[in-house]
Amino acid sequence: MNSLGSTGRASVESAPGEVAAAGSPPPTAFLEVRDLRVHFPTDDGLVKSVDGLSFRLEKGRTLGIVGESGSGKSVTSLGIMGLHTAGQYGRRKAQISGEVWLDGRELLAADPDEVRRLRGREMAMIFQDPLSALHPYYTIGRQIVEAYRVHHDTDKKSARKRAIELLDRVGIPQPDQRVDSYPHEFSGGMRQRAMIAMALVNNPELLIADEPTTALDVTVQAQILDLIRDLQKEFGSAVIVITHDLGVVAELADDILVMYGGRCVERGPAEQIFYEPQHPYTWGLLGSMPRIDRDQTERLIPVKGSPPSLINLPEGCAFHPRCPYADVPKGHVTRTVRPELQQVVSGHFSACHLPQEQRTRIWTEEIAPRL
Amino acid sequence: MLAYVIRRLFAVAMMLMVVTLTTFVIFFVLPKWAGSDPAYLFAGKQTDPAAIEGIRQKLGLSDPVLVQFWNFLQGLVAGREYTNGADVTKCPAPCFGYSFRTEQEVWPQLTEAIPVTLSLAAGACVLWVVGGVAAGVVSALRRGTLWDRAAMTVALAGVSLPIYFTGLIALAVFSYQLDWISGEYAPVEEDPAQWFQTLLLPWITLALLYAAMYARLTRATMLEIMGEDYIRTARAKGLKERVVIGRHAMRSTWTPVLTLLGLDLGALLGGAVLTESTYSLPGLGRLAIDSIEGKDLPLILGVTLIAALFICVANLVVDLLYAVVDPRVRIG
Repeated sequence: MNSLGSTGRASVESAPGEVAAAGSPPPTAFLEVRDLRVHFPTDDGLVKSVDGLSFRLEKGRTLGIVGESGSGKSVTSLGIMGLHTAGQYGRRKAQISGEVWLDGRELLAADPDEVRRLRGREMAMIFQDPLSALHPYYTIGRQIVEAYRVHHDTDKKSARKRAIELLDRVGIPQPDQRVDSYPHEFSGGMRQRAMIAMALVNNPELLIADEPTTALDVTVQAQILDLIRDLQKEFGSAVIVITHDLGVVAELADDILVMYGGRCVERGPAEQIFYEPQHPYTWGLLGSMPRIDRDQTERLIPVKGSPPSLINLPEGCAFHPRCPYADVPKGHVTRTVRPELQQVVSGHFSACHLPQEQRTRIWTEEIAPRL
Repeated sequence: MLAYVIRRLFAVAMMLMVVTLTTFVIFFVLPKWAGSDPAYLFAGKQTDPAAIEGIRQKLGLSDPVLVQFWNFLQGLVAGREYTNGADVTKCPAPCFGYSFRTEQEVWPQLTEAIPVTLSLAAGACVLWVVGGVAAGVVSALRRGTLWDRAAMTVALAGVSLPIYFTGLIALAVFSYQLDWISGEYAPVEEDPAQWFQTLLLPWITLALLYAAMYARLTRATMLEIMGEDYIRTARAKGLKERVVIGRHAMRSTWTPVLTLLGLDLGALLGGAVLTESTYSLPGLGRLAIDSIEGKDLPLILGVTLIAALFICVANLVVDLLYAVVDPRVRIG
């Protein structure tokens, strides 16, 4: 499966207890992603949507993957699920390399049919827009029953019972009647609940929620987040929440991974990321988040510029054209050398050329007071 | 739902009324202004003024236009009598009048032609839907491959080649050269083998044209649908690709195909003019051509009305079918 030529800049992370280099024995973590790369050949060049991403996740924990549009968040989840080539017909297939270990099994080199059998059963996914993610011509019940019966050899009746049970669990009133409704007969929040019911119907151990609240009203968002949190406690699954909304990860995540240009720029426990972030991009994300406890006349601080092209990532640190501190490190190091993830404190990694003391000083003196 | 159907049927009736009036005016009123007289058309080579006057009386051509129209409508519903003194001709309902040329009632000629067109359209329809949709799906799933290019090239040729070209080529090869097909069209209840034999080439010729369109439509729809979020959801459930395509993608592909199919069939039932002419099939299209050539106004009027009826009904069926196919469409 290692179809990509070695680029010689794999993010090797040597910290104890962290991800080891590719080709090593199976990991102990429930989910472990090693040096994941997903590249899409296009007419304009190779789009490196994910380019060397590694992380691990235990059962019962929630990982928040945060980043702008086009930072590779969604492609990461599709790569894990084996859906990165979905919908691609013809000659130009996505290229994937690296390792994805789920419960002791490596998925990328595995037989696609074996991965298919894991999909929906051991790993399930909640999508962004439940209206477009549910088939408009089939009833909610039928779609859940189908998801259940792919992996369970049961009759329609007991599968339907299971569907009603799940709809009840996710808080849909009169589930025995609503089970026969079509998606368009549900409100947005109800649809997302139904989507969650469908994802949970087989008790998956890994649940990936890709922007689960982006398409919903703010009031409904909170309900859905509560629901996901409760269900995780109940089912004990590992959860990956993909979002551009730091508020969502603040609600749910134990750990946070910040992506930029297809790579991880910062990773660590949620409280570390929120209270002692170590990367200028993370500062930017925090600065552009509205706060209700602040004076409304204070302006948000946006991250200047626009996300980089994934075909031609900037040399050196991919963030340097937008980084206000790109010229702080000596020489042209930010423009020539790609920074590797370095451990700041235990479990907290950051890929930045700024010396750690300087980062701490900028954060505590310049950034934090303005937030 | 029932109320909707009734309302729609009423609308169809109104529509047909308008078509009838328009056609009636075109055929029976405009010529008069232009100095031509339908009575002469009916009389043919007779130019005896007394005979012409007799015809005019009998057909009621000297009555006011509205009276004529009313009589015509009455004839459709209840039948009518044409009288000229002691000369009485009964025309039972639905009375479309008498052919100018053959002096036969129009309605039996129509009822004879309808099954031919129906056979032609139905058979061709099965061929083109099966062939076109299958080719379109495979093309979409193998986009960019040799198969896709080949199928779409054939489809382009199919759309571009007129029936009187492909039909004549087919006739030249299979009928004149190979002599596989011979004889006249026979109704299915009389001689099924002959029926099948004479219709096979027309079916294929007609189907080729439509299959090409349906293949392109199916391909485009399928490509669009395969990129839909709900297809990704289906895959995320762990469904086999066969099920993803067969159950989820195909379900959505049928909607535009059905829409187009209803309209095409409706139009085709009004007479597949070129195909029927090329293969000398005595269907509605052929009848239309013959009646136009013979300036046979009542027959033209009859064919026009039947064609309009088929198109209106096809439209109604498509609209009703839409509600069946797509649960988001609410009728009422």
